[in-house]
Amino acid sequence: MSTGITKNAGINTNPSSTDEFIKGLWRENPVFVQVLGMCPVLAVSNTAENALAMGLATAFVLLMSNILVASLRNFIPKQVRIASFILIIATFVTIVDYAIQAISVDLHKNLGAFISLIVVNCLILSRAEAFASKNTISKSIMDALGMGLGFVFALFCLGAVRELLGNGTLFDIGVFPNGFQEWIIMILPAGGFFTLALWLLLFNFFKSKKVQV
Amino acid sequence: MNTEAYWSIFINASLVNNFVLAYFLGICPFLGVSGKMETATKMGGAVTFVMLISSICAYGIHALLVAINAPFLQLISYIVVIASTVQLVEMFIKKMSPALFRALGIFLPLITTNCAILGLALFQTSKAYSFTQSLIYALGAGIGFTLALILMAGIREQLEFAEVPNVVKGTALTLLVAGILSLTFMGFSGLG
Amino acid sequence: MSTEKTISPQAGAPQGSKKMLTAMVGIGVFCALLIVLTFEGTKDRIERLRAEALEKAVFNVLPGITKTRIFQMTAEGQFLPSDGQDRSKTLVYAGYDEADTFVGVAIEASGQGYADVIRILFGYNPSTQTVVGFYVLESKETPGLGDKIEKDENFLANFRELSVALSADLSQVENKVIPVKQGSKTKAWEVDGITGATISSRAIGNIIGESSAIMVPLIYSQLESFKSDVNK
Repeated sequence: MSTGITKNAGINTNPSSTDEFIKGLWRENPVFVQVLGMCPVLAVSNTAENALAMGLATAFVLLMSNILVASLRNFIPKQVRIASFILIIATFVTIVDYAIQAISVDLHKNLGAFISLIVVNCLILSRAEAFASKNTISKSIMDALGMGLGFVFALFCLGAVRELLGNGTLFDIGVFPNGFQEWIIMILPAGGFFTLALWLLLFNFFKSKKVQV
Repeated sequence: MNTEAYWSIFINASLVNNFVLAYFLGICPFLGVSGKMETATKMGGAVTFVMLISSICAYGIHALLVAINAPFLQLISYIVVIASTVQLVEMFIKKMSPALFRALGIFLPLITTNCAILGLALFQTSKAYSFTQSLIYALGAGIGFTLALILMAGIREQLEFAEVPNVVKGTALTLLVAGILSLTFMGFSGLG
Repeated sequence: MSTEKTISPQAGAPQGSKKMLTAMVGIGVFCALLIVLTFEGTKDRIERLRAEALEKAVFNVLPGITKTRIFQMTAEGQFLPSDGQDRSKTLVYAGYDEADTFVGVAIEASGQGYADVIRILFGYNPSTQTVVGFYVLESKETPGLGDKIEKDENFLANFRELSVALSADLSQVENKVIPVKQGSKTKAWEVDGITGATISSRAIGNIIGESSAIMVPLIYSQLESFKSDVNK
């Protein structure tokens, strides 16, 4: 493998473990760059707390599934790999579902069906297929941690803005003075679309600025 | 026992609580396949079909799981059935109409990860719909999904001719349009 | 390099499918095991949390009680003590004060609101023949608009002494609970609406009206079954 191909936006052909971790945070951020796993991102980000909980639940499933897939990667025949990945992911999602129920009834009610929908979060399946099935366990762990954290970060950005503007609070703590008129639209589905669009816009803006330099 | 009227279920699933614009389900294909009217319609049709079949299967599986008292296997069984249904639909289309199969391309297997289908199965179970109610719910959801997709495709095709600033191009623009569409669909609330 | 990757169909097929089967079954069994373990491990705690949340709701709608008991309605309209596990049956929650005196019954009801179905709990006191409390269990009403049904003080005040008095022959509710426009409430069985959330508030009035019309006469005629089970 020639290492002379350096023009590809600086893609390191032999990334270290830390590289695997960092890429998920910014350069290959699952939400802002890869645009994966959008459904829960928009649905559950109406408050910062929900967004955080959802992000962490997804990150947990991503981590566990990456570990299991990486451990079993030499035993799973190619033809049934997608089916096996989905089975593994569904298992951990079920586990997370019961875990959240055991933590708080209210939280479970807020997140609702979207916990179960983590199983079809294209992010997790794509990491299993593109990375964990082809890399060592330790590298897969770093990949999962990075992507997971990037996902939580993106979800939090969304949830914080929506809660701040739509409710005047952050984690249920009032932030704006009493006269503040909430932008209800932020809590509604339309607001989810708008907020994500604006974050993406910002993200693209900064990326384009970097390229120009 | 859910006593919702059939027409109410249909209007609810397709307009009032549109799966894409209100529940945020099926966003990936919504963003990915809504560029062209033709692909949008085909995807919508395929999704509706898979939804109908999955709805029937989900109803049966739920009854079975309740009978053997294993509710915790719900998620796994639903997703396995959906994945198999998509696989079967893919093989069926490949045999029946190779042209359609080629046109749909990668989109068919992507239906498996379409949260709208799993979401449909989960919602219909939690609402405890009867068999007919579930079918109508699936039909409404599929048609609503197709509607959202077609609307978005129509708009995006027009946007191709507009002068759009570079930072907004692509997903950001689609999301903004989706937000406006979602707003307009809110006007349907109160129906049913 | 490419020939290595080609799987020769004839020789590899039987071995291949056996391998696929073992892999799938193996993973399936392992996954099922994990799930069952988690389920068993969290079952008790989840039940406890659910019971606590329900109790909290019941305490909310029946002021003055310190304990509750679950009753199940039979097809003949009788009320028998139950553990609340069978969700397909209609359940009501009887409340008792410190002296173990029967205070009232919390009834669950639901109906179509503006956005989706609203599930509520309302408390019924047979001695005053009024609804004494109201609590929203589950609602997807528009935040800031429809969710005023949970927050608006004037609206909530409707349900502290809402009359559901029975007719003289005790066969039905004399005047069914109905929603009216905000500010036009004159009778004890009317529910004053919220102007900015007409549909949601009207829905609540109708839900309680429908449910009480059915449940109140039944409960009133079976008061003894709620009282006598205290000592069991």
